[in-house]
Amino acid sequence: MTIDQQEGGTVGRVLVLGIGNILWADEGFGVRTVEYLAARYEFPAPVELMDGGTQGLYLLPHLEDLAGLVIVDALDFGLPPATVHEVHGADVPATIGARKMSLHQTGFQEVLALLDLRGHAPRRVSLVGVQPVTMKDYGGGLTPEVAARVEPVARAVLDLLARDYGVVARARPAPGGETLVTPAVARTPYETGRPDAAVACRYGDERVLARMEG
Amino acid sequence: MTIQTANGFSLDNTGRRIIVDPLTRIEGHMRCEVNVDADNIIRNAVSTGTMWRGLEVILKGRDPRDAWAFVERICGVCTGCHALASVRAVEDALDIRVPTNAFLIRQIMAKILAWHDHVVHFYHLHALDWVNPVNALKADPRATSALQQAVSPNHPKSSPGYFRDVQNRLKKFVESGQLGIFKNGYWDSKAYLLPPEADLMAVTHYLEALDFQKEIVKVHTILGGKNPHPNYMVGGVPCAINIDGDMAAGAPLNMERLNFIQQKIQDAFTFSQNVYVPDVLAVASYYKDWTYGGGLAATNVMDYGDFPTVQGDKSTDRFPGGAIIGGNWDEIHPVDARDPQQVQEFVTHSWYDYGKGREDIGLHPWDGVTDPHFELGAGAKGSRTNIVEIDESARYSWVKAPRWRGNACEVGPLARYILAYSKGVPYVRAQVDDALGRFNSLAGTSLTPRQALPSTIGRTLARALEAHYCAQQLLDDYDALITNIRNGDLATANVSKWDPSTWPKEAKGVGLVAAPRGGLGHWIRIRDGRIENYQCVVPSTWNGGPRDAKGNIGAFEASLLGTPMVNPEQPVEILRTLHSFDPCMACATHVMAPDGEELARVTVR
Repeated sequence: MTIDQQEGGTVGRVLVLGIGNILWADEGFGVRTVEYLAARYEFPAPVELMDGGTQGLYLLPHLEDLAGLVIVDALDFGLPPATVHEVHGADVPATIGARKMSLHQTGFQEVLALLDLRGHAPRRVSLVGVQPVTMKDYGGGLTPEVAARVEPVARAVLDLLARDYGVVARARPAPGGETLVTPAVARTPYETGRPDAAVACRYGDERVLARMEG
Repeated sequence: MTIQTANGFSLDNTGRRIIVDPLTRIEGHMRCEVNVDADNIIRNAVSTGTMWRGLEVILKGRDPRDAWAFVERICGVCTGCHALASVRAVEDALDIRVPTNAFLIRQIMAKILAWHDHVVHFYHLHALDWVNPVNALKADPRATSALQQAVSPNHPKSSPGYFRDVQNRLKKFVESGQLGIFKNGYWDSKAYLLPPEADLMAVTHYLEALDFQKEIVKVHTILGGKNPHPNYMVGGVPCAINIDGDMAAGAPLNMERLNFIQQKIQDAFTFSQNVYVPDVLAVASYYKDWTYGGGLAATNVMDYGDFPTVQGDKSTDRFPGGAIIGGNWDEIHPVDARDPQQVQEFVTHSWYDYGKGREDIGLHPWDGVTDPHFELGAGAKGSRTNIVEIDESARYSWVKAPRWRGNACEVGPLARYILAYSKGVPYVRAQVDDALGRFNSLAGTSLTPRQALPSTIGRTLARALEAHYCAQQLLDDYDALITNIRNGDLATANVSKWDPSTWPKEAKGVGLVAAPRGGLGHWIRIRDGRIENYQCVVPSTWNGGPRDAKGNIGAFEASLLGTPMVNPEQPVEILRTLHSFDPCMACATHVMAPDGEELARVTVR
């Protein structure tokens, strides 16, 4: 295998990409769901999992010429909090662009547009997301309501992979297989090691917050 | 009312107030307000960071060896610089020296990042302040081809047919209306001065830059192990070396991978030489009379110094550190980041609280405090959740105001280039003199470095030259790495102090990096093996911070003064100059964008 193939040149890849900033509560949902999948399942080629974080253009080399892209993200769908929602095809960029709550969504919509402009867009795109409860808890983990959606969304991703790409993931005998996210910021140590609210302010700028709520 | 600032600027807030919020095409969120006089010349400027920053406080009590993984998540842009500053701070605190291979591999990663960041900034975030993509549709591809061959004869992609193809592709895209980056601009503004053929050349290179940048990122995947979040490690780099090893995933760095890295470095060198630097010079020549934006760069600049050829020997820094104060390029003051009297942050005009009676003091980052205190001035209009107009006589930003011995300083590639030029770094001298010679011959001017560099265009040029110098350094670092490995040194990590039981009860350290946006510092205090205090002073804090206790204004505010606006409803000039700093307010404040508007909202009052 050449380096180019190893780094993403292979045709026919299907990428499950979690995006969002893990430092802002429910905004970390996409990354945490992919982390969950990687720990519990083995995915045969051509499926790969990736923790995209808030990396905009740095994701381009990984997203070119995909057979399929499955995005997992916390998005403002205009639905009740913690509602799970799926979007497919041309509706994906429009959905990401419609009601942006976070910087990474501006960046990511642009990444999709640039793939298209340069003729390297994925052949098929899906988005599996959740309506966040809150993102204004800096340094926090997922809220209990959104945390309860990790398993069902992971299940939805598995179903989607089976349905659209004929790929069936194998459950690992015990969780804790692949460490997709750097261990120091994996979900459990991140959430349990959080400093006390008395020493670490947890809220955002109220003007920004007011606009998010409005 | 007109006031004279302590650092020599005149501010007059009597004219019409222009409010730009949010400022677009930056990372993070900021607001800018200016007053213009009857001739639409900017006479007062106010830079406000509108997002709370809480990075420091969420690190309290964490394992110092893990801090890099947190700071890497601040935003999607400077991932690597924060991680590097963090491991350097911990190593400084614990007196850990990394092996030569780790020293070189980290430098390669840092410079690949700098090169990539500069290229992406120019083409993706800044070019549209100068280049009008809609105008490119009117170009005659033959004229673009002639221009290309004149400004960069060595670039092979220069035929009329090539530019015609790009133009057709662009036409289809603009007509489809799906590309936000081209949709939202002031394309009818008279502030755009390029002829169509130059617009087409620049847009074409934007696409080439996108194709190219993804190649260069692959080096990070190889050296960082994990993409898009590279791995760092206190004590070294988490990648082993086995020159004869195979190519299995996760296998040690071998000769084939090293050759691949060398090829990418050479390609980067060629791209900045044949495309990026010539583009900046060509675009600048059409704006030769647009000489604004120098601000603080004309007087005060600062950098900590970085990229030594010998580990730990600051005298070998290829970007020498220091401070120039009062425009005296003949005297470079040494900068010591550990001295409590030198680098200090003030919050007199920031939404933070240092405690009663301490409003006007400066705190060294080791003793830094990050307690939020949001309070608008009596003269502010609107409400706490919907500010209509800022009152800059009170607290007005989530950004602190860092100062060097009380002086506001500009940081960034331009600061580093003024320092290196003044210090007589031969490569930088030759590069600046050559670039200015080419600019002067294209523009028919005879500007000296002192005249040309402190300006918006000078800032943009310095960034391009720095990218190319990074590519040159990368070639040298690569050779040094190969030589060191061939000499039998395969060590990549020093784990002698990995175990916290080997640490002192208390320790403090500082990690400094010549980050793409300017001097970056992380200051850490460790107690009983845990983080007790952590402070990041980031480049956009230096540049974008508010006024200090004495009323000194920072670099963003200073840079806008005296700039004429063609039409205050279309703040092209404000965007142009602030973008020239490559502001990244995500770490100066924090990642929490509101509603993602892509066109700046402008209010004229």
